[in-house]
Amino acid sequence: MTAIRNKRRMSVGDRIFHIVNYTVFILLGLICFYPFYYLVINTISNNRMVDLGMIMYLPQGIHFTNYVKVFEVDGMIRAIFISVSRTVLGTALPVIFTSIAGYLFSKEHMWHRKLLYRFTIITMYFSAGMIPVYMNMKLLHLMNSFWVYIIPGLLSVYNMVLVKTFMESLPAALEESAQIDGATYPQRFIHIVLPLAKPILATIALFGAVNQWNAYMDTLLYINDSELYTMQFLLYEYLNQASSIASSITANTDMSMIDQATQVSTTALRNTMTVITILPIIFVYPFIQRYYVQGVMIGAVKG
Amino acid sequence: MSAVKAPKPARQRSLHERDGKKLFFMALPFVLFVFVFHYMPLWGWSFAFVNYKPGRALLNCDFVGLTNFTKLFLQPVMRNRLFEVLRNTFGMQLLHYLTMPLPMLFAIFLHEMPSRRCRKVIQTVTTLPNFISWVIIYALAYGMFAVDTGFINNMLKSVGLIETGIPFLTSGDNVWLKMTFYSLWKSLGWSAIVYLAAIAGIDHEVMEAAEVDGAGRMRRIWHITIPELIPTFFVLLVMSIGNFLNAGMEQQKMFSNAMTKPYIETLDLYVYNMGIGSGLISYSTAVGIMKSFVAVVLFSSANMLSKKVRGYSMF
Repeated sequence: MTAIRNKRRMSVGDRIFHIVNYTVFILLGLICFYPFYYLVINTISNNRMVDLGMIMYLPQGIHFTNYVKVFEVDGMIRAIFISVSRTVLGTALPVIFTSIAGYLFSKEHMWHRKLLYRFTIITMYFSAGMIPVYMNMKLLHLMNSFWVYIIPGLLSVYNMVLVKTFMESLPAALEESAQIDGATYPQRFIHIVLPLAKPILATIALFGAVNQWNAYMDTLLYINDSELYTMQFLLYEYLNQASSIASSITANTDMSMIDQATQVSTTALRNTMTVITILPIIFVYPFIQRYYVQGVMIGAVKG
Repeated sequence: MSAVKAPKPARQRSLHERDGKKLFFMALPFVLFVFVFHYMPLWGWSFAFVNYKPGRALLNCDFVGLTNFTKLFLQPVMRNRLFEVLRNTFGMQLLHYLTMPLPMLFAIFLHEMPSRRCRKVIQTVTTLPNFISWVIIYALAYGMFAVDTGFINNMLKSVGLIETGIPFLTSGDNVWLKMTFYSLWKSLGWSAIVYLAAIAGIDHEVMEAAEVDGAGRMRRIWHITIPELIPTFFVLLVMSIGNFLNAGMEQQKMFSNAMTKPYIETLDLYVYNMGIGSGLISYSTAVGIMKSFVAVVLFSSANMLSKKVRGYSMF
């Protein structure tokens, strides 16, 4: 509507405003986009030129050797496997548990509901702190275990409150009619409440999946065993100790046989690993966009 | 639900009660989970009052009372480091507060764009970084700012502005500003969504009435849009007061190196470096406890502030 109006009588001031406005936003967009683009052109260009910093605006000497070689990096395949499993399990299980807990707490006639509910939600306002939590994980024997990625996140209290609030807003009559027909709680939950709660559960699942994929602090804190490293952590290690991984590959191959242009280098491998780590996010991003506004509520707390 | 409204026959009521107990026992495992992962860590606070040695049971450690707390302030080396850390935390948080109006401005001016398609593209591109981990952001920053191969340095060199690369990532200059820039890059588009939603909710008739009265674009923004967005801004501001000391450490840990460390170490990173890095469990727990107490005080004052100004409590 504004567009039509503006076309009708675009004053000089308006025109200047739009020019400045577009310029600023296109610049902002470029600042956000260019680092990604720069990374990608550096993974598919001639590796020698990349090492010399000559690839700046357009890819040159395009090849895809890096995307083959990157899977030869020590622990890469395993890290992908760990990352994918933690993301799948660490998304599906919390959604199941959170929705069950939310459903139960939405039932007003639960015995001592107020007490249990308060006991649960009060944990949103305090935290024992990093070191006590760390010692607790030790006590629970979750150190150096894959389950440290999954178990502590099985129930997010904040998400549970969101689910509970959503379920309370559903018309009670639906469930009551099923109750009269003799449906038990699990039946009512699965056949009536869950299908209606899909939007909130999808939001939780999507944002949970992104968090799981992106997490690296838990590996840093609780994992020493390199067999349990995630993609993020492998990349973190690699960024920290730059050259060691590239040498582990080149040592295996006969130097004289390799074309200089496609010979793997530290930079090329680092960039390619980064691209591979970003890819899953790019794939789910269109789905995330649909749940932006609901997601803001989740993001507000997680920061 | 209906049971609350009208008294029911005894048989039905007991059925209802049994139902309630059933729900109670179904919910119990979840409450137990919350206890194990949120309440149980609290016993770890006792580490702050002993001289903890790794591998030794808590009861076999020497009880030292409040020494760990007082040492933090009385021992000159510890005190200096603690003050440095607090300075960094305050400095970075202050810059964070200064950038808080930017998402609002972003939303306002993005909304003024006539082309819906353009708005959508820009929003998509600027929101993406929010979903990227700090590890990857560091990798991207390395690509952009590295001394020898970084894009910015190469560009400046090719234009002839500089001879040797500027060590953006490995110098202690303007660390707080750089950190603020990175986190703004990550979150600007995302934080604007709240405001965009609020702008979409503004009554069109008010806007049109103002236009008919001859209000220009800037006037409409100043007198209608911004006042409509201020409550949202205020809620976000108050909510962030409770998190004042939570400057985080994921970002800082990634960008921390020998050169940046004196300026980048926030409270959380300090606790990590001291507790996990140097194994000083007792000291770092003491710092954590103090932080928790300050957080509770901040939360309740934010809550009181919100009660006073807005008439209801936030939390």
